[in-house]
Amino acid sequence: MIEVRLHGRGGQGAVTSAELMALAAISTGKYAQAFPSFGPERRGAPVMAFLRVSDTPIKTREKIYNPNLVVVLDPSLLAIMNIEAGIAEDGTVVVNTQMLPEEVKEKFNLRSKVATVDATTIAREILKVPITNTTMLGSLVRVSGAVPLESLEEPIIARFGPALGEKNFSACKRAYGETRLMQ
Amino acid sequence: MGKRVGMEVSIAAAEAVALIDVDVVAAYPITPQTHIVEHLSELVANGHLDAEFVPVESEHSAMSVCVGAAAAGARTFTSTSSQGYALMVEICYIASSMRLPIVMAVVNRALSAPISIWNDHSDMMLARDTGWIQTVAENGQEVVDLLIHAYRVAEDHRVLLPVMVNLDGFIVSHVIEPIELPSKEEVQKYLPPYKPLLKLDPKSPVTMGPVGVPEIYTEVKKAQDEAIKNSKKVILEAWEEFAKHFGRVYKPVETYRCEDAEIVILLMGSIAETAMRAIDTMRERGKRVGLARLRLFRPFPVEELVSVLKPVKAVAVIDRALGFNGYTGPLCAEVKTVLFNHALTPYVWNYIAGLGGRDVTVENFVEMVEMLEERAARKEPMGYEIINVRE
Repeated sequence: MIEVRLHGRGGQGAVTSAELMALAAISTGKYAQAFPSFGPERRGAPVMAFLRVSDTPIKTREKIYNPNLVVVLDPSLLAIMNIEAGIAEDGTVVVNTQMLPEEVKEKFNLRSKVATVDATTIAREILKVPITNTTMLGSLVRVSGAVPLESLEEPIIARFGPALGEKNFSACKRAYGETRLMQ
Repeated sequence: MGKRVGMEVSIAAAEAVALIDVDVVAAYPITPQTHIVEHLSELVANGHLDAEFVPVESEHSAMSVCVGAAAAGARTFTSTSSQGYALMVEICYIASSMRLPIVMAVVNRALSAPISIWNDHSDMMLARDTGWIQTVAENGQEVVDLLIHAYRVAEDHRVLLPVMVNLDGFIVSHVIEPIELPSKEEVQKYLPPYKPLLKLDPKSPVTMGPVGVPEIYTEVKKAQDEAIKNSKKVILEAWEEFAKHFGRVYKPVETYRCEDAEIVILLMGSIAETAMRAIDTMRERGKRVGLARLRLFRPFPVEELVSVLKPVKAVAVIDRALGFNGYTGPLCAEVKTVLFNHALTPYVWNYIAGLGGRDVTVENFVEMVEMLEERAARKEPMGYEIINVRE
């Protein structure tokens, strides 16, 4: 089972990211849970969303305390909170930034492996808005291998409609290819 | 044929209600409400469900509309939570006394104060004596299945009582998870159209819910008490039929690794899943621990509990609400009554866990079992404690 924590700001779609991943995993026959951090929602405030993906039925209703992966949709969060809190020993942090993984690791003194992708640029170019939730899914799939990339196409199109959905999936695919892993 | 889908549990509950083909949905559409009635209003508005959706001005009115609609012979549904449920309780008593087969999904949440929107079983305990049949789901699949089961039980002429399906707020209601959603044909085969025994009909007038003078009130209540006692048989039958139709087997008390268990954790709701994971860990260390989860809360599954608890040395009863009586949580009080009536004397410790959205973890369960063993060993007088309190 992999456990993922997504960090974003209210309105950036972190919850939708977790949902779409869960739907993709379930459509391939796997088991998944996606849930928000339960509470009042405020646009712009730091928010978290959670995801579990497993080959076997998931027996737990606990929160996620030791994620294998942490996805950061908004790089400004790195400076204001400990996004590595509880991360598993061999965990990876996936960050939306123009910086290289090594630079992020050094600048924010992270102990985990780091992967980066310039999701904001990809989203601006393809979607014309800096909303990176579907784009970051490409990186999450690349780093986790939790689901095949193609399995995201159907849930993304179901969520956003054919025209906008295809664009979102294109952004997702491009992020998959452009994700930079640490050497 | 049914299909396996990924879906938020609240949405799946609404989809199940649409498959059941209800006639009337009455709900108060703001906090504390869930996506269940939000999605139902969409299904009615876009024509997927041919029903009357009544957006009322309070939960008290929501249940009042259900009472009126059910009395007129309609298949009715509503859903609520916490404070809304509290406001509804007055009419809940009327629904059961009038023997109206209303079904309600209760998304269990804490009661104020302090203001909380988070999960516990305070609201379930508030309405435990309303005379409704009550089932408690562990996960999204059970929410769907228990809703379908609820109508079959409620509308059976041997029962004619309202049924609540309880599900944990947020940790079930807001989670996207895999669910087998049956087809409408499959549901219709299991659940025939509702045929009211009596209904309000201008052509054949009857009076429902009149004054019960002292000469008749006791007899009416005795009849109602017999009805809920006798409902158990129909509840079991309906689960047997459910297994034949859908392949999923349900019992009043679900057990996990209880076969040779010396210690049993007893609880209700979705934290059973976390408990199972804790039991697997403890079993690896050689501890003989099992789980008993009440799926049926009203009527109380006495025989099933006795057979599970008979061979057991110690029981940890987990309550998710306080009794404020200074000596026990509400679920534990009932479990102890069963034990006493059957002359069973395991050591029982009552833990109050997961109030107002406080997480109950695998580690918590392991600790609760360890503390239970220690207390039993030193013969500490039985009692209760609230766990996970920050000092």
